[in-house]
Amino acid sequence: MSTPPFATELADSTPAKAPGPLKGSAAALLVPQARLSGPIPWVIAIMIALVVIAAAGGLALNNLTSNARAELSGAVTIQITEANETLRKQKAATAAEVLTAQDIVASLRVVPEEELDEMLRPWLGDGAGSQDLPIPALIDVQLSSASGPAEIARLQAALDADVPGARVDAQSEWLQPVYSALSSLQYLALALIALLTFACAAAVWLAARSAFSNHRETVEIMHLLGGTDAQITRIFQRSVVRDAAFGGLVGLGLGAGAVWLLGRQFAALDSGMVAGGVLGMSDWIIIALIPLAGVALALVTGRYTILMALRRML
Amino acid sequence: MNERAGDTVNFDNVGLRYGTEPEVLSDLSFTLFPGSFYFLTGASGAGKTSLLKLLYLAQRPSRGGIRMFGKDMITLPREQLPTYRRRLGVVFQDFRLVKHLTAFDNVALPLRLAGVPESELQKPVDDMLDWVGLSHRVKARPATMSGGEQQRVAIARAVIGRPDMLIADEPTGNVDPEMALKLLRLFEALNRLGTTVVVATHDVHLLKKVPESLIMRLNKGRLTDPTGALKFPPRSTRPMRAGQ
Repeated sequence: MSTPPFATELADSTPAKAPGPLKGSAAALLVPQARLSGPIPWVIAIMIALVVIAAAGGLALNNLTSNARAELSGAVTIQITEANETLRKQKAATAAEVLTAQDIVASLRVVPEEELDEMLRPWLGDGAGSQDLPIPALIDVQLSSASGPAEIARLQAALDADVPGARVDAQSEWLQPVYSALSSLQYLALALIALLTFACAAAVWLAARSAFSNHRETVEIMHLLGGTDAQITRIFQRSVVRDAAFGGLVGLGLGAGAVWLLGRQFAALDSGMVAGGVLGMSDWIIIALIPLAGVALALVTGRYTILMALRRML
Repeated sequence: MNERAGDTVNFDNVGLRYGTEPEVLSDLSFTLFPGSFYFLTGASGAGKTSLLKLLYLAQRPSRGGIRMFGKDMITLPREQLPTYRRRLGVVFQDFRLVKHLTAFDNVALPLRLAGVPESELQKPVDDMLDWVGLSHRVKARPATMSGGEQQRVAIARAVIGRPDMLIADEPTGNVDPEMALKLLRLFEALNRLGTTVVVATHDVHLLKKVPESLIMRLNKGRLTDPTGALKFPPRSTRPMRAGQ
């Protein structure tokens, strides 16, 4: 037998240690993935779609709450209860004068009786405009700052002297229960996103373990031939990232489509409060980033899973 | 440890057990010298494969010390093992070819793992396959190859990186006598280039085919040493020759 054909330049071109990752085709050869044929990309797609819907819901609720708070933050209502119509009008006029003199008042409007009657008509019917049913006079006041307890107390004190019986209410307080409910829904959306993130990571973990188990023999051979953990992990990472990217894009499409349809349904309600929940450009950017976050999560989970499995081998 | 500079392998009172079972290898102390040709013999179950696993760094011993290429393998961090594995060429008893790879890709695997660029793979791999007489089977996968062909692919894969030490476990077990002799000549050719060769076999007739070889005999997990050639530290610079 002749001398084995070693190329001397081969030894020179072989790194002494820490060789780099295997490149595309070589890596794909070693661990031929049945890519996109398993259920994992679809599981990831469903998870991402649900995260997109939950995130869109949370963002819409956040917008709705913020808009309502901004609108009502400096709004105050003065309520003057007086059975005698003439006196009621006098008191309302006096209250308007007193309020105008306050430096914290930016603007005010005495709500016309016709407008009050119209507002109450759905509940009181034609009796809303009856003189037998005295309705309090209302003054809408817009403060130059937010209507905190100190501002309310200051207005109340100013009115008590000249308009006894006038009551000052911050409009935002009326909506406090609504804000609480919206906050609960936002927390629910966050909890859903956290659970789906966990479920997504668990799915990737199972898939990575399964892929590692299926290719264990190849991995052992690579190890014995001097393959490093980094090289082997990188090969599996490639598959995980591709599957996650596919699932992420499909999930984004499904989720964004569902959000768009829901948005149209709510827009048809033509409700002022619901209109405050419309998603803005920054919200859509956040939603578009969800698949990227999903890929990053899959990458980290897959890498950690494979590294843990490798460290159980010598 | 009493180690001498330039030794390829030093075993010092090495023992190996799997789990809580009795030791399969006990009190192994020997030195393998660079450029030597060793036969590891012994009956089936004597512990040859276990000893080879220690040599090709697939297993750590339960006790004792192992140094390879001047480095303590017991305390060597796991992350550094690949560096030393790349200095070894191993022909496994069951070949352990990657089933879905062609002969070319199986032979190229150690080079790819060592970071050799793809553009530099073609010629050495083709030459190596030609050397083992498989230039016509470059694209064949293991399932379509005979036992002898698979064995030659395994050998080509083991030697293509020009290892410092070649370890072969029963490399002639699945081939006819003519092919066995060809394989031995192949190992000798490699040995002449300075590679330390360790061949495990239970075929005593094989030993006489390589007169320059040195013999390590395992019996129930212990190295028997009738000639005193393998005493640790060695009595002489080199162990006894097979013909002595």
